[in-house]
Amino acid sequence: METLIQLLDLTVRSAVPLLLACLAGLYSERSGIVDIGLEGKMLGGAFAAAAAAAVTGSAWLGLGAGIMVAVALSLIHGFASITNKGNQIVSGVAINFIAAGLSALLGQAWFSQGGRTPQLQPDGRFNPLELPLAETLYGIPVLGPVYRELISGHNLIAYFAFAMVPITWWVLFRTRFGLRLRAVGENPAAVDTAGISVSWARYRAVICCGVLCGIAGAYLSIGVSAGFVKDMTAGRGFIALAALIFAKWRPVAAMWACLLFGFLGAIEIRYQGVALPIVGVVPVQLMQALPYILTVILLAGFIGKAIPPKAGGIPYTKER
Amino acid sequence: MNLTLPKWVDYGLMPLINVAVAFLIAGLVVLFVGESPVEAAYLMVRGAFGNGYNLGFTLFFATTFIFTGLAVAVAFHAGLFNIGGEGQAYIGGLGVGLVCLSMDTVLPWWVTFPLAIIGAALFGALWAFVPAFLQAKRGSHIVITTIMFNFIASALMVYLLAGPLQKSANLGPRTRDFEAGGQIPKLDWLFSPFGIDMGASPLNISFLLALIMSAMVWLIVWRTKFGFEMRTQGVSPRAAVYAGMPEVKIIVLTMMLSGALAGMMALNPVMGDQARLQLDFVEGAGFVGIAVALMGRSHPAGIIPAAILFGALYQGGAELAFDMPNITRDMIVMIQGLVILFAGAMEFMFRPALARIFATQQERPA
Repeated sequence: METLIQLLDLTVRSAVPLLLACLAGLYSERSGIVDIGLEGKMLGGAFAAAAAAAVTGSAWLGLGAGIMVAVALSLIHGFASITNKGNQIVSGVAINFIAAGLSALLGQAWFSQGGRTPQLQPDGRFNPLELPLAETLYGIPVLGPVYRELISGHNLIAYFAFAMVPITWWVLFRTRFGLRLRAVGENPAAVDTAGISVSWARYRAVICCGVLCGIAGAYLSIGVSAGFVKDMTAGRGFIALAALIFAKWRPVAAMWACLLFGFLGAIEIRYQGVALPIVGVVPVQLMQALPYILTVILLAGFIGKAIPPKAGGIPYTKER
Repeated sequence: MNLTLPKWVDYGLMPLINVAVAFLIAGLVVLFVGESPVEAAYLMVRGAFGNGYNLGFTLFFATTFIFTGLAVAVAFHAGLFNIGGEGQAYIGGLGVGLVCLSMDTVLPWWVTFPLAIIGAALFGALWAFVPAFLQAKRGSHIVITTIMFNFIASALMVYLLAGPLQKSANLGPRTRDFEAGGQIPKLDWLFSPFGIDMGASPLNISFLLALIMSAMVWLIVWRTKFGFEMRTQGVSPRAAVYAGMPEVKIIVLTMMLSGALAGMMALNPVMGDQARLQLDFVEGAGFVGIAVALMGRSHPAGIIPAAILFGALYQGGAELAFDMPNITRDMIVMIQGLVILFAGAMEFMFRPALARIFATQQERPA
């Protein structure tokens, strides 16, 4: 029981940045802007958050800086792929490199700690919150420990990430903004005919994507750790992308996909080299590769079919 | 508006402008960090071309980038984006390693080398085959599958190098050192008649192989039926189908050719320098290939100079980091990103302006 709760707790911790990045990608891709730059935006956000928090000592200013940098990177992606009608994949690759290079370069130039930012004090971080009555209810069998260990004790960003799941669903499927966002991703010409700007709808989607990526980055650098380390996103942006495909571009499914991939990550950390029942010792590398293998199998159409938004990746050209 | 440009503008001036903008921004970043961009540029050029030893390193890196650049370019011609060069090169290295480990003690290098070329090409091609097949037959997006295959390749290689292929746990995740039969000759003899002493730089004969492959790619893409089918598929998939061209075959073969080229990249570091298989020998070269292919406009004649430019950046950047500790090699990663952004994603930004300039000039005589 104890170990199971710890494993699930670790699952949630690993899933939070994936979930935020995955939802970020959801906004962008649903509007027809393919985004393989999630990794770079998260990394840029993580660096800016840690750097600003280190200088100002405030976690909130750090979060703000992280969001601003990630949105700026998003807007570069938007400018290239919406205004200039460039190749969105190429632009995403470029964003990843620019963020990776610039964050490490500035980190070294500003703080001279090998690309790290200074260790943050508690004020500069989002610290674990204890939910009300966590101690009082601990005595209740099963529910008490689950409440105290699993549900309580995460930082604000983690709760925000899970709250964003229903919010994203509501925004996309129950608001005018969401309808238009999905419409420009499926059939931009029809939206244009209705007199609505395709570019503006896509730019707004890309900005939403940047905001969430920035928060995801901040979770890593000023939430679960006390500072930025070079390349600290370590491929999470790509796992989030895989989760997005796995979830077939749907918000609630995205949460389950991220929890699944987070669970694989948690097992990888917890059971490294430990013999599991039935299967024996699983090579840790297999666990690391599993999200990617599952996504490939899914994409090949063997576990249902993942159909991306119809206009994804295609720049919209207004006919003259 | 007619956006066709004279060929020399399209293939010569445009890439130069794009790269110039990328360097301008990089210069601003250097200024922002508090160093002199002019001095940084000087140190970089000196570090890349200053003496024979440095030149050797520049061309050593360029060799790697010619292979990966060609790999990306070949796929571009068929309208495919092979972002998996990194993984294909990694697995290609496995092919090289297996050949060397099994034959280096019995056979001389000039027998192992051709076999290793085949091994590298075969393993790289096979790693590209699965995404290609899934794209052609099941419609899964090649960009996503090749990204996934990069990660799978990395996990597989860590598993093999830290497990079955590891020599001893003390030395870390790597194979044993190859004997003489698994090492290829250096190339300093080619340059010494010109008075260039390359010293101990790792430039080796795989540079010549890279040049041969450039010529081969040109032949295949522009002078064969298959190359014509490939380019037709790239320009208009529907026209290709209408003309009765075999879509599945084109996609699969193009990607396998691309994977083979990426795989051959492994010959350069594995047989030419380290003489063993170790972790992360690809060092992002698969991604540099994207920048090289975009800058070289997917033509071997453009890819070779673009690869040399990036080779110079990698070598010069290392020297620069030594002289200016504030400008780390991460600078090069950023420049690479900027080149991809301006030469790739924003290639249309300067096009209307250029078209206007050159359109008016052409009209004048009339």
